[in-house]
Amino acid sequence: MKYLKQLMIIMAVSFAGELLNRLLPLPVPGSVYGLLIMFLCLASGLIKLEQVEEAGTFLIKVMPALFIGPCVSLMTMGGDLAGKLIPILAVCLASTVAVMAVTGLVSQAVLSRKAKKEGKAHE
Amino acid sequence: MNEWLQGNLYFGFFLALGTYVIGLALQKRFPYTIFNPLLISSVLCVAVLLIFDIDYETFDAGAEHITYFLTPCTVCLAIPMYKQLKVLRKNLAAILLGIGSGCLAAALSIWGMCALLGLDGEIYHSLQPKSVTTAIAMGVAEELGGKTGITVMAVVVTGIFGAVTAKLVCRLFRIKNPVAIGLACGNAAHAIGTSRALEFGEVEGAMSSLAVVAAGIITVVLAPLFAGLIP
Repeated sequence: MKYLKQLMIIMAVSFAGELLNRLLPLPVPGSVYGLLIMFLCLASGLIKLEQVEEAGTFLIKVMPALFIGPCVSLMTMGGDLAGKLIPILAVCLASTVAVMAVTGLVSQAVLSRKAKKEGKAHE
Repeated sequence: MNEWLQGNLYFGFFLALGTYVIGLALQKRFPYTIFNPLLISSVLCVAVLLIFDIDYETFDAGAEHITYFLTPCTVCLAIPMYKQLKVLRKNLAAILLGIGSGCLAAALSIWGMCALLGLDGEIYHSLQPKSVTTAIAMGVAEELGGKTGITVMAVVVTGIFGAVTAKLVCRLFRIKNPVAIGLACGNAAHAIGTSRALEFGEVEGAMSSLAVVAAGIITVVLAPLFAGLIP
């Protein structure tokens, strides 16, 4: 029963998220509206962590299995994709390094500035 | 074989989950990033379909039902983010600026590379959200008119590559702060990067899981703005 109730809450939030996707003329997936609704409900105490935690943790754990279907769908595009595979991989590899370096350097710079400021305040 | 299985919804369901369980077992036995259960499962599914000459549609009739859980699963990503609320508040500036500029670097590098290599709009839109977690990436690609199959593949490749090179990239760019390392891993390589970040330490892991969701949300806003660059 506990799992069923938790799943019901998660489904209600999913439903609300998909509704917002229909109602608002923005290119935001319904799932992301749902994520934000769930976060706001948890942060405001409207939904307690215990009311969704077990079912939610289960869903997060099994999530990769959801993407098997779309991954296998690549076999139907085989011909179109064959020539573009190397450029696609090149884009993936280059941008991964770029994102990692920029994120790390910027956040490190912000943190060390903050640490210096706090250090001065202590003097 | 195909006519035997057509209309049997549980064939695709069983094949997808069965091969995924095999993937999980292999990963446990060989704990390397490249032994990714999703990757193993997809390769095994394709192999079975090709060997027994079964149509993709016959498989997908069952397998698509698993994908229906995409929205509820994404909704649940709010739970780990809520658990990290304290860490989020304490490092808010570093998180927002670091992840924001990282997402901008993703948008610019993907656009630049796609334009340079002459990839068409459909592939560009499929690749745009490739740094964020698969659930959000698929939603974004769908909204932009990309092919979700390409998106999922690119997300997995990105995750594995990011996790494998994380240590090297951080050393190369002298990223030493544990909070910064965690954010970098999560922003560049989503959940796969987070499992790598957890091996570095607890702070790295927590920051990385936070970065995964934050990057997803920022990319939802940024991707449509950059979509028009290659129509």
